[in-house]
Amino acid sequence: MVEAILTGALALVLLAMILAGVRFVAGPTTVDRVIALDVLTVVSLPLMGLIAHLAGRSIYLDVALVYGLLSFVGVLAVARYLDGGLS
Amino acid sequence: MNALDLIGVVLVALGAVFLFIGALGVLRMPDCYTRIQAGTKASTLGAILSLAGIGTLNPAWLGKALLVVVFVLLSNPVSSHVLARAAHAAGIKPRGGSERDDLTTEPDREGSSKKTGGMS
Repeated sequence: MVEAILTGALALVLLAMILAGVRFVAGPTTVDRVIALDVLTVVSLPLMGLIAHLAGRSIYLDVALVYGLLSFVGVLAVARYLDGGLS
Repeated sequence: MNALDLIGVVLVALGAVFLFIGALGVLRMPDCYTRIQAGTKASTLGAILSLAGIGTLNPAWLGKALLVVVFVLLSNPVSSHVLARAAHAAGIKPRGGSERDDLTTEPDREGSSKKTGGMS
């Protein structure tokens, strides 16, 4: 029962990633693409948590933490570039 | 299924629903400011609920999951703020119906004179 509900949640999260990926491909401006990238990252953190639970390995939570950190820095860098660089 | 499993599964399912709604908002909202709104608020709540549920299902991982939760809680508002600011600086206008634009019309803000007459 628990596994079935968690698999359903996994499918829903994957569907969310597909929707954000469509916006990532289609987004008319660069800011839209960066938003979609940010959402893809935030959605993939619980996805990694679910995979960690289903696989029974807690190392994936460390992967999620490092991935979130690096993507946050990446989003900040791109936004800073769009804002006019370091001037 | 004991009580802890039940709580964890409910949290994970609720979080997945919020993540899905957030991604749907990112796809369907009309302009990039509303997309920032949908994409960061709903997906932050969804990530917090899902990771808390994972920590509840595996109590040994609760500290690690809460660390990720705290990080999401700290980083996501900052990135949404910076993205909205970058969108405004890039000259993207909100879709019609947004009357007020404090970032352009605020009198004591430097560097915004080049964008006068943007809205209104």
